[in-house]
Amino acid sequence: MKTVIDARNITVMLSGKEVLKKISFSVRQGELVGIIGPNGAGKTTLLRALLGLVPLANGTLKVMGCSYPNLKAARAGIGYMPQRQSFARNIPLLVSDVVATGLLSHKTLFKRLDKAESKIIESLDAVSMKTYLKRSFQDLSGGEQQRVLLARALVRQPGLLLLDEPNSGLDFNAQRQFIEMLDKLKSKMNLAIAYVSHDLVSIAASSDSLLCINRTMHIHGDPAEVIHSPHFECVYRCQFDLLNSILHERECLNE
Amino acid sequence: MSEMISYAFMQKALLAAVLVGLLCSTLSFFVVIKKLSFLGAGISHTALGGIAIGLVTGVDPVLTGSIFAVGTSMSIGYISKAGKVGEDTVIGIFYASGMALGITLISSFKGYYPELFTLLFGNILAVTVKDILIMAAVLFTVLLFVGIFFKELIAICFDEEMAEAGGVPVNLIYMGLLAAMGLTVMVSIQLVGVVLVSALIVIPGAIASRLSRNYRSMLLVSLLFGTGGSLCGLIISYVYPVPPGAAIVLILALLFGLIIAFKLLFDRKRPILIKE
Repeated sequence: MKTVIDARNITVMLSGKEVLKKISFSVRQGELVGIIGPNGAGKTTLLRALLGLVPLANGTLKVMGCSYPNLKAARAGIGYMPQRQSFARNIPLLVSDVVATGLLSHKTLFKRLDKAESKIIESLDAVSMKTYLKRSFQDLSGGEQQRVLLARALVRQPGLLLLDEPNSGLDFNAQRQFIEMLDKLKSKMNLAIAYVSHDLVSIAASSDSLLCINRTMHIHGDPAEVIHSPHFECVYRCQFDLLNSILHERECLNE
Repeated sequence: MSEMISYAFMQKALLAAVLVGLLCSTLSFFVVIKKLSFLGAGISHTALGGIAIGLVTGVDPVLTGSIFAVGTSMSIGYISKAGKVGEDTVIGIFYASGMALGITLISSFKGYYPELFTLLFGNILAVTVKDILIMAAVLFTVLLFVGIFFKELIAICFDEEMAEAGGVPVNLIYMGLLAAMGLTVMVSIQLVGVVLVSALIVIPGAIASRLSRNYRSMLLVSLLFGTGGSLCGLIISYVYPVPPGAAIVLILALLFGLIIAFKLLFDRKRPILIKE
């Protein structure tokens, strides 16, 4: 399997502060890596570093075959879903308009979008929202809006998906449906997915590997190994007994 | 009506009202969806500093005010992004500083500045052919910018982070929008004055947002109300002895109030005041 993300000892400094220190991990094609950690651990900064939106102070980073600092070219192959609160809710956009924004890049400046309609329909179909094409985005439920935002991330037919807490604010059923959909997309499109979440049980149950970070420390590996690691409780500064919950969640997802 | 149109000064005023109406309502659409309402007030009040520099140095105050307005709007955007200071905080500082500079200069260099009253409260009836040409040039430039980058502007207004991650040159286009706002505010000052100009770039978009279900129709409604409101205000000021700038703003505010009231009374399905 091709390696899509290869991060070695990456360090990110923002406003003179070390936000991430010597983080190493890799993600292969068709793999879902869950990124967990307490609030302020640097999870969003890590995703932004993978997109080349924040500078690295140290380390080497290769994403979609492009090496830092030349990650701009890699963005064409990355679908990004920022945190839920980042989009403006007051703009009267149709679902198709929202998905179309995912097609824009520096290459589409001064140009009309080619075959936009078919690409939009295809990506909405992938998240089972094809019939919502001409519906108002504002009128959709939180779960439906998240699916549309996922379609927006998929519209460029990316090889890598970066999802920043896509499940926050969703009810239990919507969360589970979202994870199931990701699992299907991963297999169908052979996608690499880096998924930031605070929902430890479901992310650990659905991930192929876990990356647990807290600014200056990190653990990466098999979900069960990470959760049993002595560093895990140190990162969260409290005790967990997650294994049984995760095993149960895995069974539910496999049913 | 025919008598009104027969006057050369009214012909120029009507043309100016249409040009500024189109200009302000185009940007009003972005001001409302990007929540930049306070920025309009900030730019216009800061421009007073530039106007005062022009008045005391003998340079065209519209030119110095325009340079100041564009510089201010772009500085506000830059500082709030790079300096990690809230946009409203930066606007608040520029707003007061620009006014303070204007007051200081005008009171220090004592003299008679007849243009000052016009620029503070606007006088569309005094527009010259040169003013109209400047307005037309600014309208052309702004429409060209909006036309070229419309899809990117919508993406930036909807989700700046996603647009940036996708490779859209967000900062460059956003700065262009702010510069367009600076120019628009300065050109519109001749119509309604420093004090009232922010209403002209907020109300048409605000009305349109209450009446539209998609952004395309919102832009059209904004253009319709912005231009229509400007013309109505001007005509009312011809018939009744009220200043045109104030009449335009009052007409637009009245329309906004009526639409809100109508929606509250009859649109129970979408209670707009509490929907977000």
